[in-house]
Amino acid sequence: MTQTIIQTSNLYLPTILIPLLPLLGFFINALFGKKLGHTSGWIATAVLFGAFACSLFLFLNLPAGGSETITISNWFYFKNIFVPFAFLIDPLSITMLLVITGIGSLIHLYSLGYMHHDEGFSRFFSYLNLFIFFMLLLVMGNNYLIMFIGWEGVGLCSYLLIGFWFKNQAFNDAAKKAFIMNRIGDLGFIIGMFMMLFYFNSLNFDTVNIGALKLGMGNMTIIYITLFLFVGAMGKSAQLPLYTWLPDAMAGPTPVSALIHAATMVTAGIYMIARSNVLFSLAPHTLDVILIVGTATSLFAAVVGLKQNDIKKVLAYSTVSQLGLMFAALGMGAYESGMFHVVTHAFFKALLFLGAGSVIHAMGGEQDMRNMGGLGKYIKITFATFLIGTVAISGIPPFAGFFSKDEILATAFEHNKVIWGLLSFSSMLTAFYMFRLVYLTFSSSFRGTDEVKHHIHESPATMTMPLIILATCSIIAGFIGLPTILSHTHLFKNYLASVFAQSKLIMPAGHEISHSMEWILVGTAVTLALVSIAFAYQKYVMQKHVPAADEKLKGISKVVANKFYVDEIYNTVFVKPIMLLSDLFLVVVDKLIVDLLVHAIAFITNQIGRALRLLQTGHVGFYMFAMVISMIILLAVQIFVVI
Amino acid sequence: MENTMQAVPQNWYLLLSTFMFCIGVMGVLLRRNAIIILMCIELMLNAVNLLLVSFSSYAGNAEGQVFVFFIMVVAAAEVAVGLALLVSIYRNIASTDIDILSKMKW
Amino acid sequence: MLTLILLLIPLIASILVLFLKGESVKWFSFFATIIQLIFTFYVYSVFQNKEAAKSLLAINIEWISSPKINFNIALDGMSLLMVFLSNLLMPLIVLAGFNRTQERSHIFYSLVLLMHFALIGVFVSFDGFLYYIFWELALIPIYFISLNWGGVNRSTVTLKFFIYTLAGSLLMLFGFLFLYWNTNLHSLSWFDLTVNHICSCKQGFLFWMFFIAYAIKIPLIPFHTWQPDTYSTAPTQGTMLLSGIMLKMGLYSLLRWLLPIIPNGVAEYTPIAIALCVIGVVYASVIAIMQTDIKKLFAYSSIAHVGLIAAGIFALNMQGIQGGLVQMLAHGINVVGVFYCADIIINRTGNSNINSLGGIRLLAPRFATYFIIIVLGSVALPLTNSFIGEFMLLFGIFEYNSWAAIMAGLTIILGAVYMLRMYQKVMLGDLNENVTVFEDLKWNEELVLATIAILIFVFGIFPKPILELVEPIATEIFKISFVK
Repeated sequence: MTQTIIQTSNLYLPTILIPLLPLLGFFINALFGKKLGHTSGWIATAVLFGAFACSLFLFLNLPAGGSETITISNWFYFKNIFVPFAFLIDPLSITMLLVITGIGSLIHLYSLGYMHHDEGFSRFFSYLNLFIFFMLLLVMGNNYLIMFIGWEGVGLCSYLLIGFWFKNQAFNDAAKKAFIMNRIGDLGFIIGMFMMLFYFNSLNFDTVNIGALKLGMGNMTIIYITLFLFVGAMGKSAQLPLYTWLPDAMAGPTPVSALIHAATMVTAGIYMIARSNVLFSLAPHTLDVILIVGTATSLFAAVVGLKQNDIKKVLAYSTVSQLGLMFAALGMGAYESGMFHVVTHAFFKALLFLGAGSVIHAMGGEQDMRNMGGLGKYIKITFATFLIGTVAISGIPPFAGFFSKDEILATAFEHNKVIWGLLSFSSMLTAFYMFRLVYLTFSSSFRGTDEVKHHIHESPATMTMPLIILATCSIIAGFIGLPTILSHTHLFKNYLASVFAQSKLIMPAGHEISHSMEWILVGTAVTLALVSIAFAYQKYVMQKHVPAADEKLKGISKVVANKFYVDEIYNTVFVKPIMLLSDLFLVVVDKLIVDLLVHAIAFITNQIGRALRLLQTGHVGFYMFAMVISMIILLAVQIFVVI
Repeated sequence: MENTMQAVPQNWYLLLSTFMFCIGVMGVLLRRNAIIILMCIELMLNAVNLLLVSFSSYAGNAEGQVFVFFIMVVAAAEVAVGLALLVSIYRNIASTDIDILSKMKW
Repeated sequence: MLTLILLLIPLIASILVLFLKGESVKWFSFFATIIQLIFTFYVYSVFQNKEAAKSLLAINIEWISSPKINFNIALDGMSLLMVFLSNLLMPLIVLAGFNRTQERSHIFYSLVLLMHFALIGVFVSFDGFLYYIFWELALIPIYFISLNWGGVNRSTVTLKFFIYTLAGSLLMLFGFLFLYWNTNLHSLSWFDLTVNHICSCKQGFLFWMFFIAYAIKIPLIPFHTWQPDTYSTAPTQGTMLLSGIMLKMGLYSLLRWLLPIIPNGVAEYTPIAIALCVIGVVYASVIAIMQTDIKKLFAYSSIAHVGLIAAGIFALNMQGIQGGLVQMLAHGINVVGVFYCADIIINRTGNSNINSLGGIRLLAPRFATYFIIIVLGSVALPLTNSFIGEFMLLFGIFEYNSWAAIMAGLTIILGAVYMLRMYQKVMLGDLNENVTVFEDLKWNEELVLATIAILIFVFGIFPKPILELVEPIATEIFKISFVK
């Protein structure tokens, strides 16, 4: 019975304000957006900066290693199960809060410029605010149900935002696909919650953890729970085999791709696993599954990314690949490293998407890299910041991506050499296709039409400002987690230490790899990245190679460019049969079997009536005769037949 | 009362009423004229009445005679309605032959 | 006494409305239902005060001495919830007809109010025979409503519906008679029947008598084939009555007249019942995916939703029963919403095929917003009314059998598939050539939809009062019906 009393701590107000401000922004935008015009966007941005300020306040005021539960109400209860509407403030949620509100505000700011001419301006901001609200619920909830509200809520907002330009049915299809695929994961999540309710009688993180610890290591119950939760994470964080929605989700406006489909929502799965770290640490088999799925996703998406020509699709696959990397980290029990990569990735991937948005803005909506080229000359700020992002994601020191990636690779090396090899290969591919993207877009000469060329211009300050800030972060963010070879204090790890303390006790601590080994690993990783960059330079700058048109592709490259036909396979294996089944049910079962039975009964009754009515001859004499005969028969029965 | 009734053995009452009832039944079955059929029905009712009275008398229980009155009332009402119907049928088709009155079928 | 007044207001209104003409008919009906709604709130406040409630809410007078039939009406949490649902939906249903012209509208509204009377009667009767009378009485007005004001092919469809449900009721009547003669108290009072159970050897057979009657009304597969046709043929207000309130009669009766009366029979056949319900959930959802007629799509989705409720109830645990009750309220509100939206679309475009609609959102953004809220409510998004109910129901089924829960849980996915597919085809995309003009909402339409949208959120965000209202009775039913 977690009947919690409302606290009067100094964190209460800011905690409440954090989700409330975006919700307020949503209502203002939704109800008065039309009247407010462009002011509505500024309001939406302002509330988010407010939420960011509150998050900063929490960050500064929460005692180190402490955590606080802020209960708003006892939401509902049944039987002996109480579900409070309560927030949990601890280093993990604060990390996510800072990322969400911080990057969220920058993207709001950016959207002011990007969406300026769109007629759905205020609608866009209302959706964005609503998204932030749900995302905050997701990371702040102190139990799985609150998390699930956010979980489904962000799915909804993702649906609304992907299909933002609802006149285009292809976009709507993408939106629908995202929602449905997420819901497949949600079913897993919900089943996981049922199991927790069933075995632990609670959904609160701490109660569940205590219950799970009692069950002990490797218990089948916990393995099932974690597997089901992981299904949820697969849906939300676009892992194999539920990843196909994410590349399609690029149909949404670019700021949406940056915010939802790169920096925040897709990392919810990682957050969820990190949040349930005790459960997962108790289920080593699940961790193995996560490791395998993560590695496979990372590699698969990186390969597909090689052949994509749509600037946003490349970034989308790179996101899937990076998420796979994070899952691989979680699968090795390196929760901090996974979270660290979430943070750095949020910076540089948001930067890359916003940069891509700026490019698309300049190109007047064109997204195909084959029609770009030489843009570096025209849009210098975009180019510079984009290049910083690319270097960061490729893992070149001292940019942010290097540190977090290096940490994961080092853990992998210690954990399993094959995994390390595969992940390194995937990082190498990442470096290659990201530089392919940069070279195709920004270097050599322009390949598009003159009309477009005339149109190319640098974006307004509202758009370049966030780019510059994010670029700065992408450069410096890595320093919060310096590897042991450089420094003994890993700021990020220390900050989160209290969250993962329990699972550190459960998991067998791996032996530290030696400094010399680590230097070698770093060297290898950087060399591989540099080699692939050089290779990309050679191919796309020196040789000025331009990817061939889709029809001309042959063999393996055609398969890769078509994403291994996964969508088509899903369509044939799942979608078509269900549609067929639907028709089958309706025509055969409903109409033929059930209705036939019903009609048969009616028909038989009808026929019997038709036959019997012939007895009604209309002759009174006959009736009377029948009556007398019947009476005599009844009499005879009465007398002679003993009943 | 008892003496008068019981002056005749009960079997005679039974025989007479059976006889009357059979006449009624045969009349109903064989005749075609609706008025005669009605009369035959009355005959059957009265046969039953006779039986009821005799049993009531022999058993010393008045309930049977109450039934008789009840039957007489119903019979009177029935005759009134029946005859009224027949009169209106006769006005329409100038006949009371039940073989002609066979339109109410199926 | 208060319960009797609740019962009489619609009856008196239904008689009085016959003497009115023209627009005043609608206004009169509307005010009558509003008065009823306000009165319900008063009854609720009385109900909260346990001491006063006993004397004020129950009436038990002898009606026929042999067989012993009492005029026994009362209110408990479950009845009150259902009465509340009916009284909440009635003003909306009446209001929905404000800008439609109807022939002989005074008779139409009289029938609607008579139906209201019968429905309230079903929910407050605590004597089996009285309950049966109201149960059958409810069928009469809806029969005439569908027959006289329905769409194409109405006489065949209505006849099928009528015979189907009547056949079920007959089984139930037989069940009641059997109960009457085979229990030693010779009474059909709910309070007697729940205490004094019939010999468990006869319960298995009785179970089917009642189950089939309710399965037809709810409807569960394979007794559902009357429903899609009837829903699409009946006039919208009739469909709203049928789907919003009348099919709750079946679910309510499961809890009131099946579980506590014949617990052993229920325990014996629960696996079959749950299997039917769960198969029904998946089956109806799959069919809904490919439906092109918007009303039929909603009809099949409704079969899926009520199948889930019934499955939760048959799981025979607290969260299943409580969740079922909460979900009845939620489903009533949502289904009235979706059918009203369907009606608005059909009324404006004269077209109910989702493939020849499209782009309506461009012309009617306000309507689109309400519609998506209702759609999201019916796919049980968190913070909408059906989420808590669905969560508890699925958890109830999970406790019974985890595989059944996973099967039934497919509704989470399939529900999103057919609802979003429908919404996309009807509302999104570019304008279809069949949809050239589409006026945005009129005042009464907006009022109805806004109320529904608000209710969706209110019950989604504050589920506690409802859960607390039904908790005592749910506990009682659970205790009585839990065997072993």
